[in-house]
Amino acid sequence: MSEIRDTYEVVIGLEVHAQMLTKSKAYSNDKNEYGSVPNTNVSAVTLGHPGTLPVMNKKTIENAIKLGLALHCDIAENQYFARKNYFYPDLPKGYQITQDLTPICTGGYAIVKDENENEKKIGLTRIHMEEDAGKSIHDIDVKDTLVDLNRAGVPLLEIVTEPDFRSSTEAYNYLTEIRKLVRYLDICDGNMEEGSMRCDANVSVRKIGATEFGTKIEVKNMNSIRNVQRAIEFEITRQIEVLENGGELFMETRQYDALKNITIAMRSKEAANDYRYFPEPDLTPLKVTVNQIDAIKAEMPALPRDLFLRYTNEFKLSEYDAYNLTDNKSIALYYESILKRTKEYKLAANWMMGDIKSYLNSQGKEMEEFPISAEKIADLISIIQEGKISNTVASQKVFPEMLNAPEKSPLAIAESMNLIQDSNEDSILGFIAEVMKQHPEEVTRYKNGEKQLTGFLMGQLMKISKGKADPKSANQMLRNELEK
Amino acid sequence: MMDLRTFADVKAKLTNGSSLVDIVQVYLGKIQENQDLNAFLEVFETSALEQAKRIDQKRAEGKAGRLTGMVIGLKDNICFKDHKISASSKILEGFTSLYSATAVERLLAEDAIIIGRLNCDEFAMGSSNENSAFGPVKNPLNKDLVPGGSSGGSAAAVASGMCTAALGSDTGGSIRQPASFTGTFGSKPTYGRISRYGLIAYASSFDQIGPFTNSLEDNALLMEIMAGKDEMDSTSSSKPVDDYSSLVPVGKNTIAVIEDCLNHTGIAADVKAKMDETIEALKEAGHTIKMVRFPYLDYMVPAYYVLTTAEASSNLSRFDGVHFGHRSMEAQGVEQTYKKSRSEGFGPEVQRRIMAGTFVLSQGYYDAYYTKAQKVRAVLKNKTDEILKSADFILMPTTPSSAFAIGGVSDPIQMYLQDIFTVHANLTGNPAISLPIGKDKKGLPFGVQIMARNFEEKAMFNFSQSILELRANSIQPLSKNN
Repeated sequence: MSEIRDTYEVVIGLEVHAQMLTKSKAYSNDKNEYGSVPNTNVSAVTLGHPGTLPVMNKKTIENAIKLGLALHCDIAENQYFARKNYFYPDLPKGYQITQDLTPICTGGYAIVKDENENEKKIGLTRIHMEEDAGKSIHDIDVKDTLVDLNRAGVPLLEIVTEPDFRSSTEAYNYLTEIRKLVRYLDICDGNMEEGSMRCDANVSVRKIGATEFGTKIEVKNMNSIRNVQRAIEFEITRQIEVLENGGELFMETRQYDALKNITIAMRSKEAANDYRYFPEPDLTPLKVTVNQIDAIKAEMPALPRDLFLRYTNEFKLSEYDAYNLTDNKSIALYYESILKRTKEYKLAANWMMGDIKSYLNSQGKEMEEFPISAEKIADLISIIQEGKISNTVASQKVFPEMLNAPEKSPLAIAESMNLIQDSNEDSILGFIAEVMKQHPEEVTRYKNGEKQLTGFLMGQLMKISKGKADPKSANQMLRNELEK
Repeated sequence: MMDLRTFADVKAKLTNGSSLVDIVQVYLGKIQENQDLNAFLEVFETSALEQAKRIDQKRAEGKAGRLTGMVIGLKDNICFKDHKISASSKILEGFTSLYSATAVERLLAEDAIIIGRLNCDEFAMGSSNENSAFGPVKNPLNKDLVPGGSSGGSAAAVASGMCTAALGSDTGGSIRQPASFTGTFGSKPTYGRISRYGLIAYASSFDQIGPFTNSLEDNALLMEIMAGKDEMDSTSSSKPVDDYSSLVPVGKNTIAVIEDCLNHTGIAADVKAKMDETIEALKEAGHTIKMVRFPYLDYMVPAYYVLTTAEASSNLSRFDGVHFGHRSMEAQGVEQTYKKSRSEGFGPEVQRRIMAGTFVLSQGYYDAYYTKAQKVRAVLKNKTDEILKSADFILMPTTPSSAFAIGGVSDPIQMYLQDIFTVHANLTGNPAISLPIGKDKKGLPFGVQIMARNFEEKAMFNFSQSILELRANSIQPLSKNN
C-alpha cells in the first residue's frame, strides 16, 4: 500500500470555525456564554421573534481584523452582510447572517512546518464573520430532538485556506498554529472538545504529476486536532483504495466517527441546499477605516511567531526552548515579564523550562496559577547572576521556600537561610591557603602537571567554606594561586 | 355622541372636563357601533382603560405627555408588549409579543393610549385588505368597497372615528393607498426615519411605519414623535428630527409633476381632472410647476415585486411551526412540520409571494431577476434625486382611482398595478404623504401624493399645509361628512 500511496499526491484545504470570546452575541445583547442552562441566553432577537432586528456587535469586527492582521490578510474597507437561507430547527430565523461575496479578510497566509520540519506557507482564501446556529440534541430524549438556542447568534470567524496542504501533518501543524494564534489574540478559547473551534477538511487525492485536482470530499465532526489528522489519514487511504479498485469518487460530505476511526457518508453535494444568498437588508454596510485598523494593530500583543524569531535570533535560544516558551501565551507572557527586570535570557529560559515547568507539571497547574510573581523570579535570577547564591542552591533551597512564601524576596530567603555565597577575596584566599596547607602533596602533583586535581582541591575548598564560597571566583583564584 | 375625529377634538373635550377614561369610552362605543367594518381584530379594552386611568392620574399631577388623549390603533403587524399579534395570519395563532415596537414605545412615553390591533392584509401583502385570514375590511364610506390595503383596518378605523389615529406600515403604498380610499391622511417617512424594530418584516429595505389621521397636524405630530435613531434598528438614521408639527407656511416652491403619471392610461378621469385643477391652483398661488418625464413607470411595479418578494421569502422563513405560532397537528417529522404548518398557516397571496421570492433568489435566476431589479432600483433612485435637485417636491395622484368594490379585482397582476404611483417612494426611500384632495362623481374620496427629498419631512408637511389651504380656497373642498 505504501508504494501505491507514494504515487498519489494528497490535496487538503481546511475550514475552521472559531467561536469568538465576546461578552454578547453577534447581533444581540444576549450573553455569549458556554455551559449556561439551555435556552436562557435567549431574548426575542435570538429567538427570531417577529419584528426583531440584528444589531452588529462591533467587537466581532475588531476580532476579525486582529486575526486578519496576524495572518497577513487584506482587510476590506466596507463590510457587507448576507443572508444564507435554509430551514433547520436550531436556526430560528430560517437564515444565517454571514458574509458571502465580501469577506472581511482576504489573501494572507500562515507559516507551518511540513513533516520534514521545513517551513511552508499555507495560503488563506478568506476569513469572514458569521453567526452560529443553536444546538440540536438528539440523544437526551428518546422520542424528540431537543433544541438549545443559547449558541444561536454566537459570533464566529470562518477561516478558509487554499488547497495548500499536502499531508495530514501539515494540517495538524496548521490547526495548532491557528489555535495558538486565536488564544494569543484572545479571540477564541480554541477548545475543539467543546466545539468552540471546529474544523472541516476538504480532502482529495490525485496521481503525482496530475494537473487537475481529484474529487473533493468534505469531512466533518472532528473534535480534536489529532482527530482531524486521523480523519484525513483515513480519508486518504479510503480514497486511494476506491480509485485503485477502479471505483469513482463523488463530491460528498462525510462524517468522522472517532470511536471507529472511519468516515461515513452524510449527504451528497448534488442534493445540497440552494442557500439563496442575498444582501442582508437589516444591516447597513459598515466602514472600516485605516485609523481603526491602526488602533487595533497598536493594541495587538506580540504574536508567537514574532516571539519565536526574537528568542532564536536575538536571544540565541535553541529552537526547542523558543518553541516551548511561545507555545502557550501565558508562559510567553510570564517569560516576557521576567525579561523586564533581567537580561539573563538564557538563565530565565532555563528556569521557565526547568524548575517552573516541573513544578507546574507535578502540581497539574497552569501558568496562571503559578504562585510566584515574575518579578520575584527575575530577582532570583539576578542574585544567581551576581554570584550571591549558586544555581544549585537557588533551585534546591531558595525556590522551594519561595513556593511556600511567595511574598518573600529571594534575597531575604537566602539570607535567612544563611545561603549567601562568600565572594569576598580575602576570605576565599583564606580558604585557599587552608586547602593548600592541608593537601601539600596534591599541590605538588598539580604543579608537576596533574591539572585535573583542581577539581579535588575545589571540592575541598567548598567543604571548608561550607558551600558558601562563590564557586566561580573561588575556582579562578585557586588556579591563580596554584600557578604562582 | 360627539365624534372625536382629531386630537384637537379630544383636547377640547378634555378641556371641558372629560377624563381620559371618558375619551376611551367614546372610542369603545364607536368600535362597537362599527363592528361590521371588521377593522379591529382585537380591542385592548382592559389595558386601554388602565392606561387611561394611569394617565388621568398623571394629568392631575401635571405630568402628562404630549400625546395625552391620543387614542391609537395598531396595525396587526406592529408589536405591543404582552399583547397578541398575528399579521392577520393563521400562522401566528396564539402568539403574544414579548416586547413593544420602538415606535409604540415612543408613543407610550408621550402618554398615548393603545386601543387595539387592526386588521390588514396578511403580512401586509395586498392592496385591498381582502388577503386577511380574518376576512376583508369594509370601507366605512361605502361598505361594498375595499378600504385599500394593506393597512385597511387602520384606514377604516381612523376614517370612522374609532380611534384618533392609527399606525400602519408602508412597503409599497400600504398607508398612502388606503388613506386615499378613505379620505384620511397617511404618510410614510424617509426609509430609516422611524425604527422598524417591532414591525413584522415584509420587505426590510422597503418597510416603514407611518401614521393615519384625520388631520395634517396629527399626522405631523405622530411622525415627529416616532422618528429618530433607535439602537435596535441599524438602518435607522441618526439625523436629528425636525419639529414637523409646527406646520409653518412655506414660500413659493418648485413642484415637479411627472407627465408619465398624469397621462397614464389607467388613471380615472376624475382623478386626472382634480390633478389638473390642483396644478392650476398651485400655479396661481405662485408656485412653479415643472413637467418632467420619468419613463420608468412600467419597470417600477415589476422591480418592486421582485425585490419585495425576495426579501419576504427570507423574512417569512422564521414562521416554520417549530418555535412559535401555528404547527400542523398532522405533521410527522421536521420536514412535514415545515411543509404542512406553512401550507396551512399562510394564505394564498403570502404563499404566492414566498414562491416568487424564492424563485428570484435561486441559483440560475438570481442575476436575471434579483440583480436586475436592484439595478432598476438604483436607476430610479438616481433619476428621482435628479428631479428633486431642481424641484422641491414631486406631485402625483396617490391612486389611479377611488376605492374599488370588494371582490372587484381578482387578477393578482391587476391588483399589483394598484401600487403604480406609490411603490416609487418605497423603491427610492423618499418620504411621501397622501392628502385627501377631492371626490369623484360617485362621491368617493381620493388623494394627492407629495414626495419630498430624503429626510425633508418637515418641508413635506409644510407644503401639505399649503395644498390644504389651496383646497380650502380654490379647489373644490372635500366635505367632512358625506
